Parts: sequence; structure tokens; C-alpha cells
Amino acid sequence: MTGAVLELDQVALHFGGLAAISDLSVSVHAGEVLAVIGPNGAGKTSMLNLVTRVFDASKGRIAFKGQDISRLPRARIAHLGIARTFQNIELFDAATVLDNLLLGRHRFGGGAWWRQVLRTPALTRLEEAHRAKAEEVIEFLDLSPWRNARVAGLPYGVRKVVELGRALCSEPEILFLDEPASGLNPEETRDLAFWIDDIRSDLGITVVMIEHDMSLVNAVADRVVCMAQGRVLAQGSAAEVQSHPDVIAAYLGT
Amino acid sequence: MRFDYHTRYRQGFALLKHPADWVNYGVLLAALLVVPLVSSNYFVGELSYVLILCVASLGLMMLSGFTGQISLGHASFVAIGAYGHAWLLAQGVPFILALPLAALISAGAGLLAGIPAIRVSGLYLAMVTLAFSIVVEQVIGMWRGVTGGFMGMLVETPSIAGISLGSPKVFYYLCLLILVLVLLALANLLRSGIGRAFTGVRDSEAAAYALGIEVKRVKVGAFGLSAGITGLAGALMAHHIGYLTPDAFTLLLSLDLVLMVVIGGMGSLRGAILGAVLISMLPNAVALLKDVLPQSMARQSGLEIFVAGAVLAFFVLFEPTGLNGRWLKIRALLENFPLYRRDTFRRQKAYMKSERNR
Repeated sequence: MTGAVLELDQVALHFGGLAAISDLSVSVHAGEVLAVIGPNGAGKTSMLNLVTRVFDASKGRIAFKGQDISRLPRARIAHLGIARTFQNIELFDAATVLDNLLLGRHRFGGGAWWRQVLRTPALTRLEEAHRAKAEEVIEFLDLSPWRNARVAGLPYGVRKVVELGRALCSEPEILFLDEPASGLNPEETRDLAFWIDDIRSDLGITVVMIEHDMSLVNAVADRVVCMAQGRVLAQGSAAEVQSHPDVIAAYLGT
Repeated sequence: MRFDYHTRYRQGFALLKHPADWVNYGVLLAALLVVPLVSSNYFVGELSYVLILCVASLGLMMLSGFTGQISLGHASFVAIGAYGHAWLLAQGVPFILALPLAALISAGAGLLAGIPAIRVSGLYLAMVTLAFSIVVEQVIGMWRGVTGGFMGMLVETPSIAGISLGSPKVFYYLCLLILVLVLLALANLLRSGIGRAFTGVRDSEAAAYALGIEVKRVKVGAFGLSAGITGLAGALMAHHIGYLTPDAFTLLLSLDLVLMVVIGGMGSLRGAILGAVLISMLPNAVALLKDVLPQSMARQSGLEIFVAGAVLAFFVLFEPTGLNGRWLKIRALLENFPLYRRDTFRRQKAYMKSERNR
């Protein structure tokens, strides 16, 4: 474990009088798989939306590799190497799987506009390079049967994988997964566990996943953070967090 | 079924993927090139008008079909292109320069209209663009010094290097050339990074942001580009009409353009062309229909609008994917003839609706 790649320092998020997140401090270490768990409404997805700049933090500092990103424009985040998936799949429905993956390559540029209009040989080579990377991801995630299928017609489980693939196409340094296993059957969840492990070990990508499925968390997470009511309740290994009295109280409501 | 066997990625990039496509499009182009040689000036003039509407329809399709931004005010960009072109010609600018300049003026107007328009979406965007087109119509009516006001303005006969384009047949070839160029440019753009960004903005803004797409910039850019293409069509339209008055570019033209892209099939360049051909032929078809109908019905005013509305309703109910969707079905039927399954194109219902962080 090296130093923290992402640090949230006393971050708060208020919607009027409602405090979705208050005084949250979390750090993500390079090369780890961090699982964020917590009851509904704990602020897990809000935290992710703060990091990806969907929401403005009411206070506090969010640092990615030492750079404060809490006031960056929303579209800049991907260019830093932060990728995410969505809890309710946000794919480009009318496009093919391949086009979705190629859209993941957006941050590497598509060539000058006049090259795109004229389709110069240089642009064809660039497109081939993007395509080759997308094919790597297709092979990694076993998506080849669906390559040219429209997303709108795909089963839910496959869509989840396509969304993961799209995030991987952007070659991120840190990957946020918002409930990657929700709606997956046990077999698909096992595949996912292997992939997350490979993403961390083989691709060297730091993974932060928000997840309710404790079997998946136990299988892949190096460290677990439990949130409740916008704060960190406990952090540590999966076993430590699950046996922590505050965590048990938060889930059982005692 | 036809399975493509590709050994290099660039085979998958090709616009015309199969030898048969080359033959088909070649025959189509040859037919379009031969038509003026064998038909009357009137017919060629009408055909030029269809080609011009195809260009305008492509402009709106790029915005509505590919970027997901509705516009009910595209007639204003046709008008700006037409008046801009006519004014430039009147100032002594050569035709060959005036044409792209008119497109640029229109694109500039599109950017200006786009900046406030991107703050709203859906129905509200339709209202903003509608308001914009009404404003433009009034400005053209009032700005007598440049546009001749409601009295109108004469368009000079175009000529390139001393060769007059006044003859309908020469003008037809010019329209065809511009349509082919616009079509190729759009086809190239839409299969590259910018086109994918358009699709991304259309299908999920939240995901587009998360992938680093500057959603607002893409939307404004799409407005500008679409207005530029539509303005180019307007410049050609100025020559077709010959005498410009504000009432040539009313809401009805905007609605015709919307009809073209919806009936053609959203999100398809082929659809834009098919829709433009169908809608521009509708008045002629209605004129023929009037001969057959009983006098009491044929004399009713508004028959054309009624037919246009009926065609739209028919498509929305029975073929939401438009003429392009119908064409894909017919093609699949022909390709798989005895083995065609009717359910191949059955519409699926998806019971998933996601929250969107706009």
C-alpha cells in the first residue's frame, strides 16, 4: 500500500437544511479495493457524486493525488483518470456495445474536427487504436457475443458488464463502482468478483465500490468503510467492520 | 443472415460495407446525374427543391436525431442562410464565397440561439426555438435596409467564373453536389469521436459528463453545425425561390422539417433523406389526389395540412422508427427471404427508468 490517491477531508453536503453528508473524511490508498457499505440513505452515492462533481461540496476538500478537485468542472474529472459506473445503469441505449465502449475512449480525443469530416488516413489509424483498446476490454469482460448489439436489447446483467467495460475503456487510475452487483445473479456476481480482482491486480486500477452484497465485499475488498447518516461509522477489514458494535446497531436499528 | 468476416478494423469502418452497396448507390447516383438530361425544366426545378430540402433535413436530423435536441425553429436558419446569401450577392461577393459565408452566418446565429437553448430541454427547448424563429421572422420583416422588409428582395442569378447557374439544370447539379458533400461530411463526422459525443449527450447526459464530454459545449456546437447546414440549404433555397419574402420561412416550414426527420426515422441519415423526399412530394401528391376526389372535398382549404398530419399520426402509431425502420425491415425480409422471422423487429418494452443527474 502506498499513500492516499484520493482524500476526502471533512467534506459536507447540505441540501438546504438536510445534511446528506457531514464531516466525512475518507482516504483511498493506491492499488486497493475499498468497499463502502452502509444502510440506505447513508450518503454513499452522494459521496461518489461529490467526487465526480455532480454535486458541489458544501465544505471540505477533495484531493486527487494532492490536487484539489472539489471545484473542477464536471467534465474534467474523467480526464484526471477517475471513472465511475452508475447504480441505475446509464448506458447510451440506442448505440451499440462497441460505440458505448468507444465513448469510454472520449478523454483520449477523437482527432481534429476537420480530420473527422474528411476521414483522413491519420484519423483512421487513431480510430483503429481506439478500437484495439475497446477490443481488449471486450476480451477481458467476455463481451464479444454482444459487440454489435444495441444496448437497449441486452439483458440487465450484460448491461452492467458493458457499463463496467465503458469505464475501463477510459483507462482510469481509480474506478468507482456504484452497486456493481445489484440485479446480478449469483453466477454473474462471482464473475464480477474475479473481474474486480483482476482490475486491481492486473490492470493496476484502484477500485472503490459501493456494495450491499457482503459476499462480494468479503471476497474482494481489502478494506471496508461503513457509512451511516453521512458519517463514517467504522473502517478496517471486512471482518472488523462487520463485528463493530456501531455497525451492527446501524443496520439493526437498536 | 449475413455475417461479415473482417480481418482488419478498417473494414468495419467502411461506409459502404458490401459490394452490392457500391452497385446500388452507384446506380442511384447515375440515375440522379442522368435525370436532367431527359426531363423537363419544370421537373428538374422541382427535383432541385427536393435536394435542397434533403440538405435542410440532414441539418435538423443531426441536431434532433443524433444529439437529441428538438428544434421547432429551423425555418429561421433557412431564412438566415437565404437572406444572408442574397445580401452578400447584392454586395458583390462572388457566389462561390457567398455560399459558405451564408452557412457561417447561419451557424453563428445557431450558436447564439444555442447558448440560451441548452439550459432547457425537451418541450421547453421546443418553445425556445419556436420563439427564436418568430423573432427572426419579425426581424427580417422590419430590417428593411438589408432584407427589403415585407416587400421582399430579389436574389441575383448566381454565376461561377462567368458561367451562369441560372439554368435549372445547372442549378440542379449544384444542389446535387452540395447534398452529396454534406451527406459525406455528416456520415464521416457521425462515425467519429464528435458523432459519438453527440450520441452520448442524447442518450445519457450523466454518463456523458462522467466520460469527460463537455455536454454544454457539445450541445452548442451541435446547434451551430446544424444551423450552418440548414443555412446552406437556405442559400440554395434563395435561388430556387428567386424572390425572398419573410412569409416563405414561417412556422409551417419548421414543422415540415420536423415532419421530415420524424417520418424519416430519428437517428438515421438515410431517414432524413427519405423523409425529405416524402414530405416534399406530398403537396404534389395532394394535387393529384384533388383530381380524383369529389369537388366538395377537393375544394376544402387545408387539405395538404390534413394529409401531412394524417401521415405523421400514421407513422407515430404504426412505425415509430420511420421510413428508415421500414426500409431496414424490408431489407431484412429480402435478405432472409424464406426464413424471415416477423419478431426480429418486435418492439420490446423496458421497465427501467433511471434517475438522471442533469
